[in-house]
Amino acid sequence: MHDTATHDDSKGQYFWVWGALLVLTAIEVVLAYNQVFEAVRMLEVLLILSVIKSALIIGYFMHLKFETALMRWMITVSVVACFIIMYFFFFPDAGRIIKLGVK
Amino acid sequence: MADATLQHDAVGHSLPGEYEAPLFGAYSKKVGMWLFLASDSLTFGALLFAFSYNRIYTNPWPTPFHVASITNATIMTACLLSSSLTMVLGVFAAQRGDRAWMRNWLLATMVFGTAFIVLHGMEWTKLIGEGLTLPGFPKPASAATGELADVSKAVPQFAATFFGLTAMHMLHVTIGVIYLGVVALRKLFLPILGALWLAGWLLIPSDNVFHYGIHALLIGLIVSAIILFLKPKVYDAHDVEVSGLYWHFVDLVWMFIFPLVYLMSTKIS
Repeated sequence: MHDTATHDDSKGQYFWVWGALLVLTAIEVVLAYNQVFEAVRMLEVLLILSVIKSALIIGYFMHLKFETALMRWMITVSVVACFIIMYFFFFPDAGRIIKLGVK
Repeated sequence: MADATLQHDAVGHSLPGEYEAPLFGAYSKKVGMWLFLASDSLTFGALLFAFSYNRIYTNPWPTPFHVASITNATIMTACLLSSSLTMVLGVFAAQRGDRAWMRNWLLATMVFGTAFIVLHGMEWTKLIGEGLTLPGFPKPASAATGELADVSKAVPQFAATFFGLTAMHMLHVTIGVIYLGVVALRKLFLPILGALWLAGWLLIPSDNVFHYGIHALLIGLIVSAIILFLKPKVYDAHDVEVSGLYWHFVDLVWMFIFPLVYLMSTKIS
C-alpha cells in the first residue's frame, strides 16, 4: 500500500527540470509568435506542451512522483475525471452556438 | 526530501490497533494541502473552461497582445519557474535544518513572486490605459479613445474573462508571497507588509485599479497578524514543504493561463 522514499534526492535533477521548463516555454513562445500552425492545431500543440510542463512541476517540484501510489492515483484520477466532465459540459454547447450562428 | 513519505513500519507502538498508520503515507498537513489544491484546481479549471467556451463561440476573438506584451508575459513566466526552483532549494535547506538558507531561499522566491505581480500590474495598467476595461473599473482619461476601447464594447467577454482569470491568479500569487513571508520571517513580516500596503495605497494614483487592489495586502496583514499572534510557532520543515506545495501550484496554473490567454491572442504586426 505504501512506497518508501528511495528516490534520488540530488539537487541536480531540479535544475534540469527548471531548464526543461524554460526551454519548453521558449518553444511555446516561438511557435505561437511565428504562427507555425493554424489555430486549432496551435491550441492542441500548446496544450500538449502545457500538460508536459505541468507534469514536470507536479511530479518533481510538488514531489508527487515520490508519494505513495494511493496518493498519486487519488489526486490525479479525481482531478482529471472532473476536467473530463467539465469538457463534456462546455464544449459541445460552444460548438452548437457556432452552428446556430449566434453573434 | 527524505521525510516526504512516512514509513509505517517506523512507528513503534506496542499494542495492536493503538496507532493506525496514515492512509496516504504522508503527514496530515500535506494531505490537507493536496486536497485543497485539488479543489482549487477545479476552480481554475472551471475558469479556464469558461474562457475557452467564450473563445470558441466568439468569432473573431480579439488578439491585442503585441510583442511587448508577449515579452512581458514570457519574463513573468520565467520569474514563476525560477521561483519554483528557489522554493525547492528552500525546502531542502529546511529539511537539513539550515534555517538561515531556508529563509534566504524563501525570500528569493518572494522576490520572484513580487516581480511577477509588479510586471502583471504594469501589463494590466497598460491594457486599461489602451481601453480594455470593465464597467466600474477606475480608468485614466486615455482609456476612452485607446486602441482597445472598441474591443471592450464589441467583445465584452474578452475583458471579463481576461481580467477575471488573471485577477484570480494574481490574488493567488499575492497570497503565496504573504504565506511565504509569514513562514520565513514570522512577526517580522507584519511591519514590512504594512509598509508595502501603505506605500502602494499612497503612491498608486486613484485612477489606477491597483489603488484599490492593494487593499488585498491589508486583508493579508490582518489575517497574518491573527494567525501569528493567536498561534505563534517556529515553522518546521513540514510547514515549509506544505507552503512549497501551494507555491508550485500557483506556478502550475500559470502554465495553462500563459498559452491559452496570451499566446493564443498574439497580435502579429
